[in-house]
Amino acid sequence: MKLSVFLFVLLLSISISAQDEPSDTDPAIIVPDSELVVVAPVTSLIAEDHKYDKGDHIDLSWVPSIDDQLLDGTVIGYKLYRSANGGEPVLVEEFPPGTNAFTDDGVYSDSTYSYFIAALSENYAAESNRTAPIAPEVEWLNLHRGWLFLIALIVGGSVLLFINAAKRGTKLFVRKIAGLEAVDDAVGRATEMGRPILFIPGIRDMDDVQTLAGLTILGRVARVIADYDTRIFMPTSRSLVMTAGRETVKAAYTAAGRPDKYNDDMVTYYTDEQFGYVAAVDGVMVREKPATVFLLGAFFAESLILAETGNSIGAIQIAGTARPAQLPFFIAACDFTLIGEELFAASAYLSGEPMQLGSLKGQDVGKAIAMLAILVGVFSATVGLAWDIEFFNDIVEYLSDVFSAR
Amino acid sequence: MRKVTIIVMAAVIVLFLASWILKAGAFQGEHDHYIIRGFLVTFAAFLTLAVMSFLYQDNPYYKFAEHLFVGVSAAFWMCMGFWTTIVQNLVPRLSTSLADFFEVPQRAEGLNFFFYTPVILGILLLLRLSRKIGWISRWPLAFIVGTTAGLNFIRYLRSDFIKQISSTFVPLLGRDWEGIGAFFSNLDLSATGQLVMMVSNWVIFLGVFCGLIYFYFSREHKGVFGAGSRVGIWILMITFGASFGYTVMGRISLLVGRITFLFRDWLELI
Repeated sequence: MKLSVFLFVLLLSISISAQDEPSDTDPAIIVPDSELVVVAPVTSLIAEDHKYDKGDHIDLSWVPSIDDQLLDGTVIGYKLYRSANGGEPVLVEEFPPGTNAFTDDGVYSDSTYSYFIAALSENYAAESNRTAPIAPEVEWLNLHRGWLFLIALIVGGSVLLFINAAKRGTKLFVRKIAGLEAVDDAVGRATEMGRPILFIPGIRDMDDVQTLAGLTILGRVARVIADYDTRIFMPTSRSLVMTAGRETVKAAYTAAGRPDKYNDDMVTYYTDEQFGYVAAVDGVMVREKPATVFLLGAFFAESLILAETGNSIGAIQIAGTARPAQLPFFIAACDFTLIGEELFAASAYLSGEPMQLGSLKGQDVGKAIAMLAILVGVFSATVGLAWDIEFFNDIVEYLSDVFSAR
Repeated sequence: MRKVTIIVMAAVIVLFLASWILKAGAFQGEHDHYIIRGFLVTFAAFLTLAVMSFLYQDNPYYKFAEHLFVGVSAAFWMCMGFWTTIVQNLVPRLSTSLADFFEVPQRAEGLNFFFYTPVILGILLLLRLSRKIGWISRWPLAFIVGTTAGLNFIRYLRSDFIKQISSTFVPLLGRDWEGIGAFFSNLDLSATGQLVMMVSNWVIFLGVFCGLIYFYFSREHKGVFGAGSRVGIWILMITFGASFGYTVMGRISLLVGRITFLFRDWLELI
């Protein structure tokens, strides 16, 4: 009797210590005890290749344990185990009760994997059947993005069509943009006053489209400056922007027939540090007193400091950015502000080049599509929900699928 | 140098030294390096006041702070660029011996010779220092601009265009509309009520639609189109006004931070 009690206590202590320190490679801890809360395993565990990925995902789905479906609290969770190339199973993830699907993103296309799930009670683990080995496949095309491709094709195709039309001599109408009408006047004012022009391209690098837009406008502004033989100064906070800025200004001076007037000191680098750059540019403003200040690019907290300093020295200021949080400061402190999209339209408007005009018109095709889709979508959503008409609800669902950003 | 300038500069130096001595005395017993600590707090206060003096006018103290800031930060970012980008990210992917030389750990994924591409492009960029073959530096620049445009096209098309359109499919009347009479008789003014939801959806619809009209460049803003454009710019301006107030509040908190430093950490008045 004493021996049997000793053995029972020994087995119990082993089982408790085993539960305290579960091993990732030993999923099923089965304790032969009459007090075990035995639960049913999950069923119908299926492992499938995740569609349209680069072979690094496997989708898993299963029917939860019947004891979990009874909601009596006996199932406290699940553990998912994965075996790679027939090796030892390792713990992948733990789930709360009620979970029935998971996407494993820790796999590679050159291996095969099989899975099983352990349904857990407070002292029992019920293993499911193992899935058949599966290797994730690499798909070259993501067909989920078919609509995105089509929309990109329409917008891109429109751009090409309009560029072609402009090259053939078709007149492309672009409405007036108030801020840009003032560019020539602003440069002329600086010429008459004998003061320089300050061009600030924002504080982002060349991987920001706003910087690119700013530099494109710089090309046009520098050309006018070269024609008028005015001075330009462009402080930058990124070395690559300095390089691109120098190329742009140099090209403009060459195009104006005055390459001898260009020198590299027109475009300089200060520092990548945001407020260090601002301190330096503010210093330049109050010392050089430029007649015109262009603030075109990506701006952040420095926008108001720069615009206010420019305002205090009496410079004409033409600003433009696509950052909504900074636009209010430019509108408050500058004479002309290019709001968002106007910044990108500016270069086309100023230059009148077929390439840029075509691009602008192509984007307008995209906006027309957006306006039409919004009108149809809002009308259908309104009618469909207000009077519960399935046809209109289907239209909304269809349009939402077309314009889903997957 | 003018006499007034010399007197002011002498006063600033005396005040600086007095502050240093007093702060060092205050830190004695609290910090091991109390002299350096006293200097740093005094210097930080001096730089804060020097930058703020720009509000009066440009002056030598602001110039000193400006040049110090620019010089230190330029050097700092250059070092950061070298040690974090080149040494920590690039070197371990290119060469085991170089990684050992810089004492940086090897990457788990091993060497990746694809990373020689940025090395080559970087070297090409530096060629602009040469007058003869400086033109080659345009190639990597063109590569950067081209890839940026290409990558951002899809990114912005998804986030700023397509996502925006599908988010605007909102019902303007709400669910199960029973007519205007029923609507007013069951008027619910709570934040989750039908009225608030309707107004919110109308603002979203009109804001996006009229905003698009404003940014449509292929047609003159006249007639109905012009009216829509005016509504669009009004909505933009109201949004900017709200954003202005919100951001100014954030800037005030930054000012409070500096004032707190001056009056608590430096002068110990609060």
